[in-house]
Amino acid sequence: MTSGSGLPRWVFIPAVLGGVFIVLPLVAMLLRVQWSSFWELITSESSIAALWLSLKTSTASMVLCVLLGTPMALVLARATFPGLRLARSLVLLPLVLPPVVGGIALIYTYGRQGLLGSTFEVLGLRIAFSTTAVVLAQTFVALPFLVLSLEGSLRTAGRRYEAVAATLGAGPTTVLRRVTMPLVLPGLISGAVLAFARALGEFGATLTFAGSLQGTTRTLPLEIYLQRETDPDAAVALSLVLVVVAVLIVLATRGKASEGSL
Amino acid sequence: MSRPRLCTRLQGVVAVVAGLCFAALVVGCSSDSGATAPSSTAPSSTAPASTAPFSTAASSSNPAGTLTVFAAASLKAAFTEIGAIFQTENPGSTVTFNFAGSSDLVTQLTAGAPADVFASADTGNMSKASTANLVSGTPLSFATNILTIVTPPGNPAGIAGFVDLANPDVTVVVCAPQVPCGAAAATVETNTGVDITAVSEENSVTDVLGKITSGQADAGLVYVTDAKNAGDKVTAVDFPEAAAVVNVYPIAMLTAATQPALATEFVALVTGPEGQQVLAAAGFKPAP
Repeated sequence: MTSGSGLPRWVFIPAVLGGVFIVLPLVAMLLRVQWSSFWELITSESSIAALWLSLKTSTASMVLCVLLGTPMALVLARATFPGLRLARSLVLLPLVLPPVVGGIALIYTYGRQGLLGSTFEVLGLRIAFSTTAVVLAQTFVALPFLVLSLEGSLRTAGRRYEAVAATLGAGPTTVLRRVTMPLVLPGLISGAVLAFARALGEFGATLTFAGSLQGTTRTLPLEIYLQRETDPDAAVALSLVLVVVAVLIVLATRGKASEGSL
Repeated sequence: MSRPRLCTRLQGVVAVVAGLCFAALVVGCSSDSGATAPSSTAPSSTAPASTAPFSTAASSSNPAGTLTVFAAASLKAAFTEIGAIFQTENPGSTVTFNFAGSSDLVTQLTAGAPADVFASADTGNMSKASTANLVSGTPLSFATNILTIVTPPGNPAGIAGFVDLANPDVTVVVCAPQVPCGAAAATVETNTGVDITAVSEENSVTDVLGKITSGQADAGLVYVTDAKNAGDKVTAVDFPEAAAVVNVYPIAMLTAATQPALATEFVALVTGPEGQQVLAAAGFKPAP
């Protein structure tokens, strides 16, 4: 592997340093885990409630991301219209926005006195402090991950097969369903998994916008943040759970869809 | 197939992103996020306008240097003012503050953060610091704080007392029982037998205030000083039952202090008449 890489040897030194930089803090955390009480800590009522809520809301957010993000990626990758570059920049905004800023923006949109929230309020719908608010916050921050990943796949796949299918008489919907989507399926899967992972780790926007109540809005990251106040051991144990889930997700994506994605 | 175009697109994205990051940076700076921000710069050392009754002996030696104070977030306004007084009375000295949640501060101190003085918002976190051998001597209680109800300006839900928070039509936000303000709220609930069904249990008083000032909730429980700090962005509704649950603020010099003389001076200023006056103006009650 080393001989076949074609790289000068010295490149490996900073590369290994970078790897250590990422892995070392995780190892340090692992060393702090109190294994004797580990199981007890992660199976406490509040921990289970938080984990369950995180999995539920992240799954809902992932589904929303696929439903909304797939058409967005298709438009960004294939369509041409004035303002396309601006549109892409705006779509990617949540990726670089501090989540707390996203949370504040969501309050003024869906909050009780927000742009849309006041209308919802009249209809008897209250989003603030509900699980819906958590899903909205997670979808807001996770959507760009799916769009970016899928758009990359669409560009890599190119339009040749689509053009051939069209000349053979297939309509646009048939081409999309039978040619385009099967070609970029690995990209879609990896994008969806990334979106799920981002939703699972969402903290700032949720805390700002949705609040924190066990079983309703207190997801795993919020539970970790709260446990840290009184019980650092529990916080470390729950952090490890989140790390394990994240590692599994990364491995799953790499294994399944590495060729298709960016 | 279209690498160059992709690159220009990315450049576009980067440009927009950079612009927004810069904007966020400016906002972040002007809103003064607090952590490790040095207080106002030291006034010129020629000003002799010192009226402190206890600075007579020490002012002859005039210890110079930078004093680092770790203080609970709720002390920000009062301590910033006390810091300015301290710098006037000790020419050549600079006070640097780190304002954060008391438990965060203990975590930082345990991890070796360099500081001379620690002021906690509760005795529990000071005990944690003492147990970790971080504290030099016995901590001194210098202030107390009690809870109050805050509502959006004008009190639209018509909250008149603590009992009203149990009304299911009222959206109430409190601190989680794991943090001092939430523990105090839980004690008031036990004392009064009033059972609040909160829509959210936040990690800090700041988060509770945020939910009120943004109009997300009808009422919240915070400390009197927080309500005072928020000014006309909230309406405070004091309730008599709060007086029974008092939160004590202790201050202490740290064993790792590099400026023990300045640290002793600072503790004396906070516990002395001048510091007490500033704290009272911020809404704090005197120590027991």
